[in-house]
Amino acid sequence: MEVADKKYTFNWDNKIPTGPVEKKWSTHKNNIKLVNPSNKRKYNIIVVGTGLAGASAAASLGELGYNVKAFCIQDSARRAHSIAAQGGINAAKNYQNDGDSIWRLFYDTVKGGDYRSREANVYRLAEVSNSIIDQCVAQGVPFAREYGGTLTNRSFGGAQLSRTFYARGQTGQQLLLGAYSALMKSMKSGKVAVHTREEMLELVTVDGEAKGIISRNLVTGKINRHAADAVLLCTGGYGNVFYLSTNAKNSNVTAAWRCHRKGALFANPSFTQIHPTCIPVSGEYQSKLTLMSESLRNDGRVWVPKKVNDKRHPNEIPEDERDYYLERIYPSFGNLVPRDVASRNAKIVCDEGRGVGETGLAVYLDFRDAIKRDGEDAIRDRYGNLFDMYHKITDDNPYKLPMRIYPAVHYTMGGLWVDYNLMTTVPGLFALGEANFSDHGANRLGASALMQGLADGYFVIPYTIGNYLAETKPGQITTDHAAFDQVEKEITEEISKLLSIKGSKTILDFHRQLGKIMWDKVGMSRDEDGLKQAIAEIQALRKEFWTDVFVPGKAATYNKYLEYALRVADFLELGELMARDALERKESCGGHFRLESQTPEGEAKRDDENYSHVSAWEFKGKDAEPVEHREPLEFENVKLTQRSYK
Amino acid sequence: MSSTDLIKVHLKVWRQDGPQAKGFFEDYTLDEVNTHMSFLEMLDVLNERLMKDKKEPIEFDHDCREGICGSCNLVINGVPHGPEMLTAACQLHMRHFKDGETITIEPWRATAFPIIKDLVVDRNAFDRIMSAGGYISVSTGNAPDANAIPISKPDSDSAMDYAVCIGCGACVAACPNSSASLFTGAKVSQLSRLPQGAPERKKRVIAMVDQMEKEGFGDCSNFAECEAVCPVGISITAIANMRTEYVKAVLG
Ligand SMILES: Cc1cc2nc3c(=O)[nH]c(=O)nc-3n(C[C@H](O)[C@H](O)[C@H](O)COP(=O)(O)OP(=O)(O)OC[C@H]3O[C@@H](n4cnc5c(N)ncnc54)[C@H](O)[C@@H]3O)c2cc1C
Ligand code: FES
Repeated sequence: MEVADKKYTFNWDNKIPTGPVEKKWSTHKNNIKLVNPSNKRKYNIIVVGTGLAGASAAASLGELGYNVKAFCIQDSARRAHSIAAQGGINAAKNYQNDGDSIWRLFYDTVKGGDYRSREANVYRLAEVSNSIIDQCVAQGVPFAREYGGTLTNRSFGGAQLSRTFYARGQTGQQLLLGAYSALMKSMKSGKVAVHTREEMLELVTVDGEAKGIISRNLVTGKINRHAADAVLLCTGGYGNVFYLSTNAKNSNVTAAWRCHRKGALFANPSFTQIHPTCIPVSGEYQSKLTLMSESLRNDGRVWVPKKVNDKRHPNEIPEDERDYYLERIYPSFGNLVPRDVASRNAKIVCDEGRGVGETGLAVYLDFRDAIKRDGEDAIRDRYGNLFDMYHKITDDNPYKLPMRIYPAVHYTMGGLWVDYNLMTTVPGLFALGEANFSDHGANRLGASALMQGLADGYFVIPYTIGNYLAETKPGQITTDHAAFDQVEKEITEEISKLLSIKGSKTILDFHRQLGKIMWDKVGMSRDEDGLKQAIAEIQALRKEFWTDVFVPGKAATYNKYLEYALRVADFLELGELMARDALERKESCGGHFRLESQTPEGEAKRDDENYSHVSAWEFKGKDAEPVEHREPLEFENVKLTQRSYK
Repeated sequence: MSSTDLIKVHLKVWRQDGPQAKGFFEDYTLDEVNTHMSFLEMLDVLNERLMKDKKEPIEFDHDCREGICGSCNLVINGVPHGPEMLTAACQLHMRHFKDGETITIEPWRATAFPIIKDLVVDRNAFDRIMSAGGYISVSTGNAPDANAIPISKPDSDSAMDYAVCIGCGACVAACPNSSASLFTGAKVSQLSRLPQGAPERKKRVIAMVDQMEKEGFGDCSNFAECEAVCPVGISITAIANMRTEYVKAVLG
C-alpha cells in the first residue's frame, strides 16, 4: 500500500477481507486455514495476561485442543485489572425493541471513535457482541434482569439506545470471573497451565518470528524460558505512564513495549482516554485515582462558581452565581456530552481559576435537583454503591454536598498494531484486548472495552490463529536455542544494572515526575511547544533514572520494587513515543486535542484530508528517532462528519 | 473535604525474609500522616522513607486499590482488613485511627496460605478449589440465546449476592479453624441458584469441598467470624447452602 504523501509508506498488509462490510467476517472465517484437530495438541501457545482478553483466549484455545500456558502478574488470574470495570458491556441484542442492530452499534462505535478506527474491525466487533452475552449467561454471569426473568439494559454515553448489559456496579468483575471459571475448567482438563506471579520480560524471536518469552518468577526472582509456536499478548493498557490513573497499580506497558522493541509496530500511542468523573487528587501521597461511573451524569449536574476563586461552601453559592457550563455550552447534550468533551471543559474552567475544593482542581457534580425531583431513595437505588464509595474515600456525604470530580486517565486506545487476524508485525505474535489498537479509534465509547476484550478472546483469535499455525511447523524451537541464551543474558544484565545504581531518588520519584510531564504536556490538551518540551524533558529524566535511581533488595527474591523499576524504565521510553505521536498528528480528534486545531468555538477540529490514518511507529533503537508509518483508513459505509453536541 | 489533619502513628509490622525465615515485628513511627491517606498510601510513604535510608521496603500485596481485586491482605490490629466493616484494607483511610495510636500489621495466617515475604502470602489454594469445580462446563460458542432461559429476578439477585466475593481470603484469616467455607460456599451458592448450574450441581459441591479439605483448610464450626470481616458482605448462609447441597449430593 502506498500513501499519497511520499514520506510515509506502509508495507504491511492489514488483511482486511474484500467484499461488503457485513460479509467480511463470515467470508474470512470460511477462508481461514484450519489446523487438523489431532494436530492441535502439537502446538504450544503462550497467552500473556489473564484479563478478559487473556482468560477468554486461553480457555477457548485450550478447549480447541492447543497446549496453552497462561501468565499473569497477580497471585491469581482472577485479579487482572478487568475486575475493576463497573458500568457494563454493550451488545446489539435489541432486547429492548428500540431499533438496535449490529449496524447501529457499528455506526455508533466508529462515530464515537471520531473516525479513526477501521470499519471492518468495528463491524466484526458489533457482529460478535451478541454471542458474548450468550456465552457469559451460559457461564453463570448474573446480569441484571427484569421481573419477567429476561435480561435488562441501561444506556451509556455516546449511544441513543439502551444496549448496555450490567451486573450491578461490578460488571467487569462478573465477566472476568466467568472467563476465569472457564480458565479454571481448562486448567483441570490439563490443556491450560496457569503461571501466576510470573511476569513476561522479553519476547524471543527467531528469524523475526515469535518463538517464546523470557519471564521472571515474581516469588523467587528466577528467570525462566518458555518456547511456543505463537505468543498472545493480552497485557492491558498503559495509562499508568501518567502515574496517576484509574488503572490498577500493576498495569503496565512492559510486555507490549518489549515486543515493540523486537519489531512490533506501536499504533496511535498518544490516543488516551481521560475520563471526566473521577475523585480528585487529595495530596502528594496520592497513589491512584478512583473512577465514579459515567452513569452519574444521567442525574448529576456539573457546575463551578461563576466567580474566579470563590471559596464559599457550595451550598452557600446561590443559583444565579453558579455556572452549569456543560448545559450552557451544549444545550442539546448538556451533562451527557462524550467523555473527551466533558473532560476538556472541566480543565478549561479550572484553568480559569474557577475550580473548587482545596486544590482548585475539581468541579461539582450535584445531585441536589435530582434528589428534589425523584427523592433520596430513588437516587440511592440507582447509585448507592457509588455514593458509598465516594463517601468512604472523601468522607463527604454526596446526598448533602455536591461531589467533587475531576478528569483522570482511564484507558489507552493506542496499542500494538494488529492486522485483521490480530497479528502484530512480528509473525506469530498477536495482541488482544486493550493491548492492541484496533477498534476504538481516537475515543472509546463506554461499555465497549469489555466487549472488545471478550470478542478478541472468545470469538476472533480461536479462528484467526489457525491461519498462522497452519503454515507453521509445531515445536521447531526449544528453550536451548541460542536466541533464548541471548535474550536471557540481556534481561539478567538489565536487572543487575538497575540494582547496582543505588542512586538517591526512588522509583516513585521518577514515576511521579514522568506523570507530571505527561499530564501537563501530553494530557488533555497538547500543543507543539509543549510536546517538544515533553520529549526533551523525558529524555533527560530517562538519563537521570539510569544513573540515579535506587532499586532496593536483590534479584533472586520477591521484590516488588524491582518489578516496579523495570516497568517505570519502559514507561520512560513509551512516554517519549506518545509525545512524538501527538506532535505528528496536527489535527484534533477524539481524546487527542491539539490547541492549534480548533473550531472558532473552541471545539476539536478534525482534518480528514491529512490525518485519516493510523500512525504506526517503528522502533529504531533506544536513543534513535522512531519512524512513523501510516496506514490509510478508508470509510465505505460511514459518512465522516464533524461531531457536534451543541 | 474537611481540612487537612495530621496524626502520628506507631506501627508494628510483620517482617519475614522468606517462606522459611523466622518472622518478627519491626517498629516504625510516622510523625505526619495525612488522615485523607488510604492505609496502603501510608505504607507507601513508609516505604519511600525506608528506601531514602537505603533500607528494604515492606512487601505487601495490592493492585486495584478500590476493594475489588482481592489482592490486599492485611490483618490490622488483629482484624483482617482492619476496623471498618465492609471495607478492604485498600479502602480504609487513616481518618479511622487516632493520633498517637499503635497499629499492628500482619499477613493472613493460615497453613493453606504460606507466607512468601513480609505481608505477602500464597493463595493459590483458592484457584485449585475453583479448578476442582467452580464453573459451569460450557465451551466457547455452545451457548443458546441469553434470553432462552428466563431466570427470576430474585434468583438472579441472590446469585449476584454470592458472586461478588473478591476471593481475598479474609474469611480464612478470621476463622479460628482457618476454614475456607465462606469462599467455597459463595461459589456453590451462586451456581446452584442458576438453572445453568443445575447439571453439575452435585459433582461440583463434592469436588470443591474435597479440594478444600485437601488444601489443609479447617472445618467450619459456625464462629461466623468470616461474615464479620468479609469486605463485600457475603452472608454466612452461603455455608449453610453448601452443606445442604453437599448432603443432597452425597445422599442422592
Ligand atoms: C475503573 C475502570 C472501570 C472500567 N469500566 C469499564 C466498563 O464499565 N465497561 C467497559 O467496557 N470498559 C471499562 N473499563 C475498561 C476495561 O476494564 C479494560 O479496558 C479491560 O478490562 C482491559 O482488559 P484486558 O484483558 O485487555 O487487560 P487487563 O484486564 O488489564 O489484564 C491484563 C493482564 O495482563 C497481565 N500482564 C500484564 N503485563 C504482564 C506481563 N509482563 N507478564 C505477565 N502478565 C502480564 C496482568 O497480570 C493481567 O492479567 C474500565 C476501566 C477502569 C480502569
Ligand atoms: S487492592 Fe484490590 S481489593 Fe484491595
